[in-house]
Amino acid sequence: MDAPAPTDSALPAPPLPAPFAGWFAARGWAPHPHQLEMRAAAERGESALLIAPTGAGKTLAGFLPALIDLAETPREGLHTLYVSPLKALATDIHRNLTAPAEEMRLDLAIETRTGDTPQAKRTRQRKRPPQILLTTPESLALLLSYHDAAKIFHGLKTVVVDELHALAFGKRGDLLALGLARLSALAPQARRVGLSATVHDPDFLRAWLSKRGAADDPVVRTVLGRSGAEPEVEILTTKERLPWSGHMAVHALGEVYDRIRQAGTTLVFVNTRAQAELVFQELWRLNEDGLPIALHHGSLAVEQRRRVEAAMAAGRLRAVVATSSLDLGVDWASVDLVVQVGAPKGVSRLLQRLGRANHRLEEPSKALLVPANRFEVLECRAAKEGVKARTLDGDPPRAGGLDVLAQHILGMACAGPFDADAFYAEIRGAAPYRELARADFEDCLHLVAHGGYALRTYERFRRLVQDDKGRWRVAGPAHVRRYRMNLGVIVDAPTLKVRLQGGRSLGEVEEYFAQGLVPGDTFVFAGELLRFLGIQDMSVVCTRDKASGEPKVPAYMGGRLPLSTHLAERVRAMLEDPGAWDGFPEAVGEWLRLQRWRSVMPPCDGLLVESFPRGGKEFLVAYCFEGRNAHQTLGMLLTRRMERAGLAPLGFVATDYVIAVWSLKPANDMDALFDQDMLGDDLEEWMAESSLLRRTFRNVAVIAGLIERRLPGQEKTGKQVTFSADLIYDVLRKHEPDHVLLRATRADAATGLTDIGRLSQMLGRVQGRILHRVLDRVSPLAVPVLLEIGREQVYGAALDDLLDEGAQALIDEATAPALDQASLPV
Amino acid sequence: MPDGPMIPHAAAPLRVNGQSLVPDLSGALWWPARRTLMVADLHLEKGSSFAARGQFLPPYDTAATLARLEAAVARWRPERLIALGDSFHDRAAAQRICTADRARIRALTGCLEWVWIAGNHDPEPPADLGGAVHEELTLDGLVFRHEAEPVRPCGELSGHFHPKASVRVRGRRVSARCFVTDGQRLILPSFGAYTGGLDVLDPAIAGLFPRGFSVHMLGRRKLVAFPATALG
Repeated sequence: MDAPAPTDSALPAPPLPAPFAGWFAARGWAPHPHQLEMRAAAERGESALLIAPTGAGKTLAGFLPALIDLAETPREGLHTLYVSPLKALATDIHRNLTAPAEEMRLDLAIETRTGDTPQAKRTRQRKRPPQILLTTPESLALLLSYHDAAKIFHGLKTVVVDELHALAFGKRGDLLALGLARLSALAPQARRVGLSATVHDPDFLRAWLSKRGAADDPVVRTVLGRSGAEPEVEILTTKERLPWSGHMAVHALGEVYDRIRQAGTTLVFVNTRAQAELVFQELWRLNEDGLPIALHHGSLAVEQRRRVEAAMAAGRLRAVVATSSLDLGVDWASVDLVVQVGAPKGVSRLLQRLGRANHRLEEPSKALLVPANRFEVLECRAAKEGVKARTLDGDPPRAGGLDVLAQHILGMACAGPFDADAFYAEIRGAAPYRELARADFEDCLHLVAHGGYALRTYERFRRLVQDDKGRWRVAGPAHVRRYRMNLGVIVDAPTLKVRLQGGRSLGEVEEYFAQGLVPGDTFVFAGELLRFLGIQDMSVVCTRDKASGEPKVPAYMGGRLPLSTHLAERVRAMLEDPGAWDGFPEAVGEWLRLQRWRSVMPPCDGLLVESFPRGGKEFLVAYCFEGRNAHQTLGMLLTRRMERAGLAPLGFVATDYVIAVWSLKPANDMDALFDQDMLGDDLEEWMAESSLLRRTFRNVAVIAGLIERRLPGQEKTGKQVTFSADLIYDVLRKHEPDHVLLRATRADAATGLTDIGRLSQMLGRVQGRILHRVLDRVSPLAVPVLLEIGREQVYGAALDDLLDEGAQALIDEATAPALDQASLPV
Repeated sequence: MPDGPMIPHAAAPLRVNGQSLVPDLSGALWWPARRTLMVADLHLEKGSSFAARGQFLPPYDTAATLARLEAAVARWRPERLIALGDSFHDRAAAQRICTADRARIRALTGCLEWVWIAGNHDPEPPADLGGAVHEELTLDGLVFRHEAEPVRPCGELSGHFHPKASVRVRGRRVSARCFVTDGQRLILPSFGAYTGGLDVLDPAIAGLFPRGFSVHMLGRRKLVAFPATALG
């Protein structure tokens, strides 16, 4: 799995034309071999996948052939289209490309087109496109839905997709792949160029770039950039007491602060926005030197984030505490230390973060991993070894989403009438849809045309109609408008703005968090302590606060990535082999030795389940190592099954490593309890009620165009959307359980927040290999998860708890006794 | 006690203007003394109304609503049913109802005394589905109308607002549709399959109950009562 990408024999590269050779020479530079190789591929009309680390001149390599072609044969019209996952990146590339083009005196129009582009400019861009256009997948989809798309793109020579490793997976990748398939129909001559960091599965990206969706497509050449120096990864061995549990690593922040003081500029990565807020607060509490330390995460106001990025680019900051909001983005050559607070969760992600430090290839990037608890020490060690061995994590390839396909079908109908056969063939040229069954295509087509229900009562309200040649076209301009307003595959959880009283907006919190606030509550947001005043006009209104006490920290849905499968394997291997324990901090070594004495180490090729009584309850702890999402699902299913078996389960808690369930009666038959058949009826039943599945359905329904993000002229709060999506989910499940939207929902449930796919693999793997240890008390390895009980604020699970236990019973228990009818005013 | 089956669907009776009324888990209200069942805001054919604009909500809402209505009727065996307005989502809704659902409505209206109160969505409920149409109706000190009138609260039973309420449990908020009453008037929850709701603390609802009110929330398995002061 870690074999290098197949290197095609290097092509003889023709010499650079004069202005280019001169430009390199004037700077004392020589073009990198991979830059020349990219040019040779272009000369032969081949598509190319460039895999190179950051700092290798990837962007120039991607654009060089286009610049040369335009210098040698100047012409009007769109020549090269560049697609990046971030608007900011498109803007940055614009700057980085315009400078050399001017220095070489190339007469070129290079422009961006994103959601921020003014309307007049967009209109002009359609009439007279620039030679090089820099855009995002969403803006490309929008452009392709215009009736003049064919005219805009017919002369296109190259499509460059940047950060392909980040874009190709997931629904944005599906949307872009479908867009590229359409581009190939409009401009068959256009070659594709993918720029990527080192990846687990280069063949997947080759297939993605291929116009046939095939990895063995000889027309896609793989070009490997020189790899940079080995990163230097260090794990912080704290002088403080290493905590048993928790994720904030507050104990180590003094030591982190010292490192920040010693380094020039430091990026402090954390895993969640809540962690970011707390780590930022704590660093400022320690910040006796008044170092400029900033905060960056996805819920802060855009202007605030831009200010931080600009200050960083200008070298005015010593540190930024950031979430994945800075995983991708503009290069900052000046970063010389990356700190990862909390578990890295995956090798690829850690490498991506490491790549944010020191963009000079020849110097190693420096990273400090800060484990927040004992299990995280193991995980950090596993990640460090993974980085050294360059074994990357891979998302298992998944089929393209049917909801995205439905959106694309409507978009292409907006562009003009299509023939279903030809369109189906075009779609199968996109790698995620290569195996798309005709029946699924037809279902999506009918979903778009009239809802696609077995009960065909909506025939007369069709959104798509067929003309006399059988071609499909959109039924009216209102549908086109609605498509454009709802375009895109990112569906955010409903949020509310956070605003200072009479002042500016600080960012957004999920509505769910806002609902839990009572006037007078304090909470930490945007690095400030705020006092909640109330909700007004869809905003959370607050004032700054100085008071002490226990402020809340907003929790966000999906804030955490689960532990990667590959990292989990390394941790398991490490646990089983005491020889690997050398070099662990003493506290960790002792903890593991105690576990071996009291119980047994979890085996690599099986599942250890411990059971023990504690505080009048029977505990069951399973060492699955499948990540918290899969464990949450497992918890739901186990408690259902235990309920049926009369064991009276009371609750469960899941971490990335283990799951603990407690009940009134002990479970004895582990083989039966963990039998794979729980993925049958139990799962179906749970899916009917799970709020995670309801949320998944809502996202699918929004992307597929069943539910609108916002009705024209009607303010709809996110809450109302959730509500009606729930009702629709119930009705649809009952009346048409096989509807294409429910199939798409189930496909999504295999990954993501429910991670059923991973759970299913684990249950299969451990059949007949369950090692059950009956203990008289808690084992050392089980202590961390028990400490999480009651402490974890788990969004999805807690909501499900309420549903599953019966919300009403909880209401009885938690609030005033039911109103005495006799006391009602009469 | 209610003159009806003792089943967990019903909560203890409450009193409005001296009459004893039983809230049903489905969102219907049972008046034992007159063997009358009330429902509000069926919004039949809401799905097809959206479909006409190109938003294809599943076309099963009318069937789902009717099934729940049939179950409530089977449970209480009323002699009279009063639908408190907005029974049809729009003026053209009745024409869109499919043949099968149309037959089910006729069967319902044919087996008991059926009253359609006119609502703002259906000021003229269809004449060809059986039942009698009234702007409002008065029986034994109870007044049945679609929308509550601010100044005449005594014994008024109405719908229109689709009330729902929220309580905080373990720091979370749980919302559900609910009945709202202050002992003088009562507002029923919406009965229709796709109908959203308005929080009872909104001034549009709370303003109708200046002396305070209580709610009966429709849970998954039972009804639970709360005073307004427990909501939030």
